[in-house]
Amino acid sequence: MYLRKTILATGVAISALATASFAHAEPTAEVLHWWTSGGEAKAVAALKEDFEAKGGKWVDSPVAGGGGDAAMTVLRSRVLSGDAPAAVQLKGPAIQDWAEQGALADLNDVAEAEGWDKVIPPAIQDVMKYEGDYVAVPVNIHRVDWIWANPTLLAKVGATEAPKTWDEFNALADKLKAAGITPVAHGGQPWQDATVFETVVLGLGGPEFFQKALVDLDEDALKSDTMKTVFDQMRKIRGYVDADFPGRDWNLATAMVMNGEAAMQIMGDWAKGEFLAAGKVPGKDFICSATPSEHGYLFNVDSFAMFNVSGDDKVEGQKLLAELIVGEKFQETFNLLKGSIPARLGVSLDKFDDCAKKSEADLLAAQEAGGFLPSMAHGMALRGHLSGAIVDVVTAHFNSDMSSDEAVSRLVEAVELAKD
Amino acid sequence: MGASQSTESNLTARIQRHLSKIVVAPSFAASLFFVYGFILWTGYMAFSKSRMLPVWDWAGLRQYERLWQMERWHVAIENLLIFGGLFIVTCLIIGCLLAVLLDQRIRAEGALRTIFLYPMALSFIVTGTVWKWLLNPGLGLESMMHDFGWTSFKFDWLVNSDMAIYTVVIAAVWQASGFVMAMFLAALRGVDQDIIRAAYMDGASLPRIYFGIIIPSIRPVFLSAIVVLAHLAVKSFDLVIALTGGGPGYASDLPATFMYTMAFQRNQLGVGAASAMMMLATVMAIIVPYLYSELRGGKKNG
Repeated sequence: MYLRKTILATGVAISALATASFAHAEPTAEVLHWWTSGGEAKAVAALKEDFEAKGGKWVDSPVAGGGGDAAMTVLRSRVLSGDAPAAVQLKGPAIQDWAEQGALADLNDVAEAEGWDKVIPPAIQDVMKYEGDYVAVPVNIHRVDWIWANPTLLAKVGATEAPKTWDEFNALADKLKAAGITPVAHGGQPWQDATVFETVVLGLGGPEFFQKALVDLDEDALKSDTMKTVFDQMRKIRGYVDADFPGRDWNLATAMVMNGEAAMQIMGDWAKGEFLAAGKVPGKDFICSATPSEHGYLFNVDSFAMFNVSGDDKVEGQKLLAELIVGEKFQETFNLLKGSIPARLGVSLDKFDDCAKKSEADLLAAQEAGGFLPSMAHGMALRGHLSGAIVDVVTAHFNSDMSSDEAVSRLVEAVELAKD
Repeated sequence: MGASQSTESNLTARIQRHLSKIVVAPSFAASLFFVYGFILWTGYMAFSKSRMLPVWDWAGLRQYERLWQMERWHVAIENLLIFGGLFIVTCLIIGCLLAVLLDQRIRAEGALRTIFLYPMALSFIVTGTVWKWLLNPGLGLESMMHDFGWTSFKFDWLVNSDMAIYTVVIAAVWQASGFVMAMFLAALRGVDQDIIRAAYMDGASLPRIYFGIIIPSIRPVFLSAIVVLAHLAVKSFDLVIALTGGGPGYASDLPATFMYTMAFQRNQLGVGAASAMMMLATVMAIIVPYLYSELRGGKKNG
């Protein structure tokens, strides 16, 4: 009898371990995330330390694999069984998806007490809010439209800086190619193709066109001649990459720029982490420059969405966590480790490198000019099924000899099909 | 609980009578629920409006319509036909040939058999990764040939949209043909030696004995091998993920990878479920006639 009870109790204890609170109700938060390696893991550990220093109890639920796909599958089953974690690493319109299901908690009282409206850029507030209420907190701002260049290789063809227009880009790439240097380091994975694509859309079409085509999915913009020139440019870029690019991971492409095997890479500022980890100095060993555009800035913001939890200890833990995440201390620590910039403006960037400082300066300028836009390739602008449809066409075009006309008509078709 | 009233011996007798049923019951219930229950559930999902979360709203055939309008699904189906067809035929030919050669009472047969069978012991992920390295033009075969001085050598199927699916065939054939060989070898050993000796007496040549007597008499093994290979082909997922990642672009997508993308990455549970049902239908189209013929054959013999 006793034995059976013990077995039962153990079973209950194991299942409850993730959520149990001890006799005295300390603020508890279970955090579901997939930051399990490198700088990201360190950054999460920093948050955990802060949280525990404030008397909280942190329940870690890391689910690695598939760039978050595995974690999302876990999340679905947890929500369906009525046992959602307090905070979940979620981004972009996925937050709205979950909010629509009524699964997210309201953070307005923390937001008011902390004055989030004043420090978080409005475009990012829109992503974090559902019907005017804060349901998620941003942790960083990654910029997507960067060119990472190797100055030694550029110097070989007489260039001292990264190109400022796409015509310059093509001229420079042609020169590099003629000199026997691979102009563009690229990894042929759908999301990387899409990353290049959206920077070209931003550059050739301008911020307004980007908004229409890739955020509002305006049909006229999608089938416009501008979109055709975008695909023409993609075809040109296809000629600037080396033969072995399909399937290559982005960090291997970054390594090519670092090691002088290729001159430039178009990639978000997580690439900077690779350079810094190798002890390279920005401005000297590598150049960080925005891809050609008129005050455009594509942001990719990681965030934590707060799910409905029950119990005072859990609600309290959730609020404490939200407060800490938006707090200056965490924003600085985390972003120094991750290579991005803080999602709240006004945090001192003294400890950050020159690329990060440029990122913030460009952000402010882009905000003025209306060019501060969500990234499509990184799931900030569109819901998964819509961006997926676009990415399919982009990658099919890039990896075949499809004409720009056909790409445009397929794009319109795919978006229409995904919409309904 | 009524049994607690009766005597102990009575209970033991009852338990013994039903022991086999009791032992099988849990696994029967589990497979009833987890296999057939979820097949039904997936079938329903394909008719629902599900996107991110499963919902019960009826959408009729809309998800199937959307599925068949997707360019990517057509690529996946076409790839399945290429991959499945070549994979099955090549495996049968190589497997049969190896088995016949091994059947010649050669030395070290045991060792050779093990060598040919070993790939089957590997996971598809390992096979995929190894072949990815071998076939990568900048890393594997092509660069090796270039290093040897054969600079005009070109083998870039892995990075060529039109050819990528064939690299999947190569890796899959390498993995599965040893298994097919083992099946054929077992069958060859089961052929009645007296008939073969009789054929010898009559002066039949060795090829003629194989084509005229042995291969026809092991025909049922062909059917079994085809069924095993066909379902391997339809459900293959990990090999593609490890070898090409479905790329370049989505040029080497198969229905299984398509389903995964839709259901788990794109919040398109409905379309994902519809594609899963299409895969089930494909497998059924192969398995059902096979089972039917097997069961009928059993009746005839009984």
